[in-house]
Amino acid sequence: MDLSSINPILLIASLMVASTPILLAAIGEMVAEKSGVLNLGVEGMMIVGAICGFATAVETGSPFIGFIAAAAGGAILSLIFGFLTQYLLSNQVATGLALTLFGLGLSSLMGQSYVGIKPPATEKLDIPLLSDIPAIGPMLFNHDIWVYVSLALVAAVWAFLKYTRGGLILRAVGESHDAAHALGYNVIFVRLAAIAFGGACAGLGGAYLSLVRVPQWTEGMTAGAGWIALAIVVFASWRAGRVLLGAYLFGGITVLQLNLQAAGVAIPVELLSMSPYLITILVLVIISSDRNRAALNAPASLGRAFHASH
Amino acid sequence: MITLEKRPTPSKLWSYLTPIVAVIATMIAGGIMFGFLGNDPVAAIRTIFWDPIFGEFAFYYRGQLLVKAGPLILIAIGLSMGFRAGIWNIGAEGQYIMGAIFAAAVGLAFYPMEARWLIFPLMVVAGAVGGILWAMIPGILKTKFNTNEILVSLLLVYVAESILASVSLSLLRNPDGAGFPGSRNLRQYESSANNELIAGWGMHWGVVAAFIAVIFAYILLSRHIMGFNIRLTGESPRAARFAGVNPDRLVLFCLGLSGALAGLAGMFEVTGPAAQISIDFNVGYGFTAIIVAFLGRLHPIGILLAGMLMALTYIGGEAAQASLGLPAAAIQAFQGMLLFFLLAFDVLTNFRVRFGREVTA
Repeated sequence: MDLSSINPILLIASLMVASTPILLAAIGEMVAEKSGVLNLGVEGMMIVGAICGFATAVETGSPFIGFIAAAAGGAILSLIFGFLTQYLLSNQVATGLALTLFGLGLSSLMGQSYVGIKPPATEKLDIPLLSDIPAIGPMLFNHDIWVYVSLALVAAVWAFLKYTRGGLILRAVGESHDAAHALGYNVIFVRLAAIAFGGACAGLGGAYLSLVRVPQWTEGMTAGAGWIALAIVVFASWRAGRVLLGAYLFGGITVLQLNLQAAGVAIPVELLSMSPYLITILVLVIISSDRNRAALNAPASLGRAFHASH
Repeated sequence: MITLEKRPTPSKLWSYLTPIVAVIATMIAGGIMFGFLGNDPVAAIRTIFWDPIFGEFAFYYRGQLLVKAGPLILIAIGLSMGFRAGIWNIGAEGQYIMGAIFAAAVGLAFYPMEARWLIFPLMVVAGAVGGILWAMIPGILKTKFNTNEILVSLLLVYVAESILASVSLSLLRNPDGAGFPGSRNLRQYESSANNELIAGWGMHWGVVAAFIAVIFAYILLSRHIMGFNIRLTGESPRAARFAGVNPDRLVLFCLGLSGALAGLAGMFEVTGPAAQISIDFNVGYGFTAIIVAFLGRLHPIGILLAGMLMALTYIGGEAAQASLGLPAAAIQAFQGMLLFFLLAFDVLTNFRVRFGREVTA
């Protein structure tokens, strides 16, 4: 066992990379849930985003176009869910599950000819001056652009929900769709927009996995990341800042357990590799055990179908 | 202008028709998808749905039908109880794995003793217990700490997969296996073998258990107070509380039952078709069973039929892989599509479609 081989600077730098896919997916799902839609298809949208991004990046040679394609792929897939739940009023839990099952199948179908290929590298954004600061520079300012995009997205979602009229409408739709409808807001449109945003974010998260974090395409490569993103939204009690905290906490655990595996600590490898899931469950238990707080923060119309009868 | 008008009560006719319409729609959409993959759509659909039953090699495929349908039906029956009551156990895959591990551990502990009358029933019990214990984790967390059972049961699938990898490399590894991962062959061990009861039919004890589960589920839902409570909670949780239904007990019952049946499915699989514990033992029956439960309208008889149909897509998919070179993943996408269409057409069960201008009151 050699714990000194774990470099704290590299650990934090890789923590940010490990957290980014889940952060992207979780912030998108949070917006969807804030509008009152429970989309359990995050895992499916992520993996479809992963292959869309990967395939496009390989074909065009540009990771950036790959990320755009991933966002589009995730959004299109999420709109299937949107159409079913908003227009055909299907059960959101069942439809979300269908989205995940379909996404997993579709992605491995699309990805057949891309197994074992290396994607074009996403360049690191060597921010001048800042990245030269000792210790903090390589830790925080030496990442690719998508790490910063994800952070900016969290800030933007926070500001949108807190300060803008659009954010207020979105929250109103999520709290009471009947009241929002009576006020003349188009509930279905708002929800579809939120669903599509969630899908696009999940797609970006998936592409970050296949293009930067791994970077490779393998079937089922998201390995539960979408479900963990869902858990993080609950953990965050539907607040943008806490989504960031939750995602980085989770990323930290993932990176730490990988480093411990590499350092040969006397903990069984299987126990280490299941630790992110176990800790997610533990955190969920702690958060939801306070019944009052959990109920207060959840959007009141979450998961309920809206049908204007007049 | 198309508007939807809520029906006073769900349409009986449409609730029977939607699965059929959904299957037909999926065949059409699937055909188009196979066409895009460069196959003849009609040939692909015929290879999947027709040839396994009536084609040249049907004698082989027909036996496989029950082998695949057994675990799907067994798991889906358990899941359907919870789904009816709004308790979402989506981690049946994990309970299936744990059932198999528990059963295999018991069987291997007795190796090489020859006492089938004792060992096989003990393994059946162990399989059910393994599934129940794994399902009780989300159950107890839900009742004690109000934790979302969807997320916990699903996350536990990944934990179960890690455990599976671990035991097939260490604890349950075949000591005579020259270091290869995986346990002893439970099918060659007389006391644990779950062989075909009638040669060529694919009928093993797991299939028998699935049929028994269908009958019991039917009686439970139509004749027993627990079935009534389950249905009542699904229709109106508030009314159920007033009627004195204990929601915590219902959660534990539904999760325990689905865990037990998933564990049993794992037990019969590991002693039969799969024959050993290995890293890639689970093939997604626990997830496909979710589709089976919905396609069967959460009704035991419906699940029986839906399980057969889903088994057919597995076998047909394999046949199409062999003869047309259709990718294996195509079937998975096809099954997901089926659930989409089913949920979409379900709107006709609960709503009436009105064409023409809306009349304002």
